[in-house]
Amino acid sequence: MRRSGITGQRLAAVFLLGCVLLNYPILSLFARPIVIAGIPLLYAFLFGSWALVIALMALVIERPRD
Amino acid sequence: MQGWVLVIVAFAYLGMLFAVASWGDRRAEAGRSIIANPWTYALSLAVYCSTWTFYGSVGRAASNGIGFLPIYLGPTLMAALWWYAMRKIIRISKAYRITSIADFIATRYGKSQILGGLVTVIAVLGVVPYISLQLKAISRSFVILRNYPDVVMPAQAVAPFLNDTGLYIALILAAFTILFGTRHLDATERHEGMVAAIAFESVVKLVAFLAVGAFVTFGVYHGFGDIFRLAEQSERLRPLLTVPASGGSYATWPFLTFLSMLTILVLPRQFQISVVENVDEDHLRRAIWLFPLYMLLINIFVLPLALGGLMLFGPGVDADTFVLTLPMAQQKGALALLAFVGGLSAGTGMVIVETIALSTMVCNDLVMPVLLRWRWLRLNERTDLSRPLRLIRRCAITGILVLGYIHFRAAGESYALVATGLISFAAVAQFAPAMFGSIYWRGGTHSGAIAGLCGGFAVWAYTLLLPSFVKSGWLPGSFLSAGPLGIGLLKPQELFGLSGMDEISHCLFWSMLVNVGLHVGVSLIGRQSADETEQATLFVDVFRRTQELERSAFWRGSAPVADLLPLIGRFLGPDRAREAFLAYARRQGVESLEDLEPDAELVAFAENQLAGAIGGASARVMIASLVQQQPPGIDEVMNILDEASQVRAYSHRLEQKSRELEDASRELRAANEQLKELDRMKDDFVSTVTHELRTPLTSIRAFSEILLEDPEIHLPERKRFLAIIVKETQRLTRLINQVLELAKIESGSAEWHTTEMDVKDVIRESVEAVSQLFRESGIELSMAMNGEAIPLVRADRDRLMQVLINLLSNAVNVCLPNQGRVEIRLGVGAGALRVDIQDNGPGINPADHETVFEKFRQVGDTLTGKLRGTGLGLPISRRIIEHFGGRLWVQSELGQGATFSFTLPLQREGGQRPLQLAR
Repeated sequence: MRRSGITGQRLAAVFLLGCVLLNYPILSLFARPIVIAGIPLLYAFLFGSWALVIALMALVIERPRD
Repeated sequence: MQGWVLVIVAFAYLGMLFAVASWGDRRAEAGRSIIANPWTYALSLAVYCSTWTFYGSVGRAASNGIGFLPIYLGPTLMAALWWYAMRKIIRISKAYRITSIADFIATRYGKSQILGGLVTVIAVLGVVPYISLQLKAISRSFVILRNYPDVVMPAQAVAPFLNDTGLYIALILAAFTILFGTRHLDATERHEGMVAAIAFESVVKLVAFLAVGAFVTFGVYHGFGDIFRLAEQSERLRPLLTVPASGGSYATWPFLTFLSMLTILVLPRQFQISVVENVDEDHLRRAIWLFPLYMLLINIFVLPLALGGLMLFGPGVDADTFVLTLPMAQQKGALALLAFVGGLSAGTGMVIVETIALSTMVCNDLVMPVLLRWRWLRLNERTDLSRPLRLIRRCAITGILVLGYIHFRAAGESYALVATGLISFAAVAQFAPAMFGSIYWRGGTHSGAIAGLCGGFAVWAYTLLLPSFVKSGWLPGSFLSAGPLGIGLLKPQELFGLSGMDEISHCLFWSMLVNVGLHVGVSLIGRQSADETEQATLFVDVFRRTQELERSAFWRGSAPVADLLPLIGRFLGPDRAREAFLAYARRQGVESLEDLEPDAELVAFAENQLAGAIGGASARVMIASLVQQQPPGIDEVMNILDEASQVRAYSHRLEQKSRELEDASRELRAANEQLKELDRMKDDFVSTVTHELRTPLTSIRAFSEILLEDPEIHLPERKRFLAIIVKETQRLTRLINQVLELAKIESGSAEWHTTEMDVKDVIRESVEAVSQLFRESGIELSMAMNGEAIPLVRADRDRLMQVLINLLSNAVNVCLPNQGRVEIRLGVGAGALRVDIQDNGPGINPADHETVFEKFRQVGDTLTGKLRGTGLGLPISRRIIEHFGGRLWVQSELGQGATFSFTLPLQREGGQRPLQLAR
């Protein structure tokens, strides 16, 4: 734990970010009949934030160990 | 499409799977494991996506829109926390050789067999419907595809037993799982080949699903935009594109997310793959983002498939089958076959891993504990248990699949795929409180875990399982609508009037409340046994206890002297640390500390130095923090220091105390011995004195009586008697005087008239006093004193004379009359005068040289019959000489005469010599 404390904390932050983004009430903000590039806003937002969370996790983990 | 084509394809696929598995096993045996890389690990984790995902997601999306997503968002979020939770679970499982989740929970709470059995039972009951769901999905896809090119839903009526594809699928899967899972037994329960096959299956199902999705999205329609635009125009489909305003979707969402977060950790198959089959803790790093990515990919086309299917088919086609029926409807036979294989891979993967995990649990935590108790089986006397074990595993696998099949026949078509899956999830989620409690809460007890599990499972059964029986028609509908026995408050799906939640959220809320509440409550009320406390510490502090596992990783690192020296200096003292490092530098052949190579060897040297001061474990932590360039928190350092120094101080104090205690008890023992000895001496003394007094008294009395009774006695006779009486009376007086004197000397109350004197004079006087005695006995007395002046000594003249007279009269007594010769010698030695009195009597046995100085001991009495002393002369003489600071002793051999000698210390120049007290 100790040697990788910062990675764990960053991942926990990503977890919290994901919890907020992928949940009510943020979700309700995007439940509107708007279409982005032919895709409904809610659908785009969900998959977009999902991908963002995964990308952040990959970034945190795969960055070269210093 | 002909049935035999499907059978051949299915068997070809299973054959391929088996080939991959044996290849994996062979590679593992050759030491070149294919599963020992993070990609395989992440792919095998995707066993999470069963047919429930492959077929069921589309079905759920067709009725709930985005409602299928939380089941994948939960694991995604949880993956971020794997860094803490999963790593810890893996570390614990590796360190303590955990083989299943039942084993894990049982081990944590004091290695409890009851708990292990309980977890196993719940797992089997909870997961069997899930397995039956896989059988159902595979058999339905088989039946549907057989009708190709027509899209016909299978008849709702259950097929006759022997024509039922589900049965054959169950049996084939059982055989296959047995082949995979129990080919050999391994202490760690690891199955490399199986993992390889599962990873392969994950690729297959992803490819199949993406192919179908891409075909429908881009082949049938013109991309995502097209599908969504068309759906938007349909009154029926529009609600699927947004969150339903009513129906509590926002309320369901977090519950489902939470539920899937828990299950990704505690599902038996996930535990098997992510923990038991894990090769290297480090693989988890990549899996943390790779596994969510996999789930994202496999879900991208779910909504387009659902919308496309709903638009193409009427209500006659089940949305759960869209993945298969969409290509069929477009006359794409090959694609439909690929979808079938994808579904098959999703189903087989899940079934294989789940039944292996469950069979391990059933065997290790349910059957074996019972069998080992049956003494008549004599299992514990058998040296090789692998055959019965394998047999039990195989029976368990078959049993579980048969159970799944029975459930499949019984439940029939009453429930959609997703609903069954969620019921299973909710059952398995009951392990979560015990699981998290076991790795983060030291205080959880065995009773708490059992109470929580039982309570949670009971609530689950009441709020989800019984209602599902109602839907299958096994229980009357009034049970749901009016509550049991008409009690409205106990309605299973509106417990205590809680409404407005869907059944899963409702169950999850109540069961978790009861589960966590009982777990914590009972734990806090009760007490932990020693076993539980020990296990709790082992689990919660696993990272502190297994640092050595990380060692190999550590010492690839390095640290410069400039960092290490201050650290060591903090514990050893700067000077000592510097000296140690300088010595190390000299051994390395460099002149100064600055020239030292900052390599792993230096780090190891520093660790060794530190280990001597604060113990090996603490040292490793300290060094590790430095090597990783992360300075340890001051709190951690203080903690380590505190603990180490406290323990050292304690043990030091303890040692000191016990040493003191030992000393004290030794002194006490000695004092006690001395007291006993003194007591004994006193008793002896008293009895001896009375004895000595009685002898003269008896003779005085006897002669007096003769004189009294016989007046006729002749005068000479009378005179002789009277002389005896006088002599005995004198002896009596002498004896009493001596006893008194000895008592005085010993008690220190004797009076001493110490003056300076010339010992020559005293000797002369004494000789004169006893000369009469010598003459009477005809014993020759000679003096050897040279004429020169002798230094003066300080002593009591009378007492010294007493000593001399005593020694001289003793000499007379032992010598034979007319033959005896006694010589007195006076000499000056080192700081003392020495007087020897030598006789030529019978001598004294060397063994008795000290005894003669004891009170009332008259050595040689029996030899000569002549000694008539009181037995107190020598003891008194010795006390007197010792009082003057000198020494009195005897040298003698039997038949060689004896020499009594004493010394008197000479006065030191210019000062009063303090007199040494005898006692």
